[in-house]
Amino acid sequence: MAIKTQPVTVNLGPQHPSTHGVFRLRVMFDGEEIVDVEPVFGYLHRGSEKLAEERTYTQIVTLTDRMDYVSPMLNNQAYMLAVEKLAGIEPTQRGVWLRMIAAELQRIASHLVATGFLLQDLGALGTPLIYAMRERENILDLFEMLCGARITNSYLRPGGVFMDAPTGFWLALDRELVDIVNTLDELEEYLSGNEIVFSRTKGTAVLAPELLINASITGPMLRASGVDWDLRHRNPYDYYDRIEFKRILHTASDNYARYWVRVQEARESVNIIRQCVAQIEPGPVRPSFDDVPRLIRPPKGDAYVAIEGSKGELGFYLVSDGGIAPYRMHVRAPSLINLTLLRDMLIGGLFGDLFVSFGSVDLNMGEVDR
Amino acid sequence: MIGLGLPRGFLVTLKNFVRAPVTVQYPDRHVGLFGAAKEAGMNPFRFVVKRPVDSIKAIAGLATVPVALEQSPRFRGNEFTFYEDRCTACASCAKYCPLGIIEIVSVPGKIDAQEGESYKLEVFDIDIGRCMFCGLCVEACPYDALHMGTKFERSTYVRDELIVTLDELNAAEKKPSSFYRPQFEENAFDPYTETVDDHYDAGRHERPSDEDLKKKWVDER
Ligand code: SF4
Ligand code: SF4
Repeated sequence: MAIKTQPVTVNLGPQHPSTHGVFRLRVMFDGEEIVDVEPVFGYLHRGSEKLAEERTYTQIVTLTDRMDYVSPMLNNQAYMLAVEKLAGIEPTQRGVWLRMIAAELQRIASHLVATGFLLQDLGALGTPLIYAMRERENILDLFEMLCGARITNSYLRPGGVFMDAPTGFWLALDRELVDIVNTLDELEEYLSGNEIVFSRTKGTAVLAPELLINASITGPMLRASGVDWDLRHRNPYDYYDRIEFKRILHTASDNYARYWVRVQEARESVNIIRQCVAQIEPGPVRPSFDDVPRLIRPPKGDAYVAIEGSKGELGFYLVSDGGIAPYRMHVRAPSLINLTLLRDMLIGGLFGDLFVSFGSVDLNMGEVDR
Repeated sequence: MIGLGLPRGFLVTLKNFVRAPVTVQYPDRHVGLFGAAKEAGMNPFRFVVKRPVDSIKAIAGLATVPVALEQSPRFRGNEFTFYEDRCTACASCAKYCPLGIIEIVSVPGKIDAQEGESYKLEVFDIDIGRCMFCGLCVEACPYDALHMGTKFERSTYVRDELIVTLDELNAAEKKPSSFYRPQFEENAFDPYTETVDDHYDAGRHERPSDEDLKKKWVDER
């Protein structure tokens, strides 16, 4: 005899511990099954794009830190590339290498957070998350050495970075790279073969590659479905064309594939940093103030630059009217766009998988709402 | 292989169980008798004899010692370090601040150590309750008068107390951060143990030549 059930609507969030930020989900359940999902967001809207219109180009760096607060260095990088394109600034060699190192470290940190929270969502409360966070902490310590802050870095300036790496940074970096590999080994040791993780993540929330492409999903989510799309390789910015790295692909396009791609990408980032360190040369880290003054006035026009952020294609669009502040700034936030497939992911799934699938998007509300 | 994943996972947990903790106890750390004696600079026997009450407390696990966090000298912290003698009231810092939280009122009539005749400060207020410690003001200061601080404990009950005035800035302990001030880094200055009270000792920020940079690079690697 089948038990008769009635659909129930449940509100999850905005202050729910698993919602990865201030996010609200209105879910309709029929028994264990999800019938309908309605995401409600905007709770963290701070109007960064509007605020940018009354700040000079250098001051806006501080705003970009606060968009995706799990990967501020990558935001800095994307924004600075857009400013450089808009104003025609030639960055200094050492500055570019330094910001690439910082960006790749940030990618590792961001992927560690994503992996740690995936396990948290699976119900492994605390412990595995702390293993991942412990390593991220060390990366943030490196950032503190570089720029004096851990999250609100503001390390980049038009044409490079504000200061060279301090004495002792390179040694600490070498040590940290070894540690990162060890931590990733450890993470994989207890995850990649773990039957519970397998049964919970394999085959859940499968998304077809065509659907992902049509919804313009990017980043690890897309690569987990076998589509080879990485802007570092497709459209190299900075010096990524001087670097050899493997493109990480998986074909299953389920929650496990997305986790796997992130861990392997973090490994590849270690590889990239090693190559950067091998190629970096002494020299100035930013152009002199005669070439690039503090107050930049780019010519009239617009520029769009996209980089491979930790969550997908992170783009900055700037319009200049010739003044000291942009006329308009727009951010293509990968978290927001990756979130658009939430209904396709969740509907038809089980309640227990809801937050696992949701977490596997790796979204950041600071970036979604801006 | 199926069935092996879980034991392997538990082995990792076990390995971490016996690992040294990475957690830092802040602001105080609980110590036993030996730790308390070491903190007091005595050997344990002497400590028991000289300070019996403290020893009993320590054995009961109630003794604490303060812990200093490990920070980088470039830390962009609270408590700006400011040298009034150097400031010409040019207000570059106020203009460069993204939040506009530095207020400067100046009058003519000061003889400056570096620039000769200049303006004198009447008001120099930083509203650090709104400050985000981005350091742009420090970067803008052409005379190296303003430096980031290295401390971060400045909580108050009233918001207004977070406005740092000129007098407070002058009276504050001078532990400048080496953020955007490479001269401190070159002298291996450690703000957590040393202070720079006189602005003559603080040095000026000059860009090292390319030759110097190359040499430093070779020495370091
Ligand atoms: S640190 Fe930044 S926010 Fe604070 S006073 Fe200086 S420029 Fe303004
Ligand atoms: S920029 Fe420096 S010299 Fe000018 S007013 Fe500010 S602290 Fe004084």
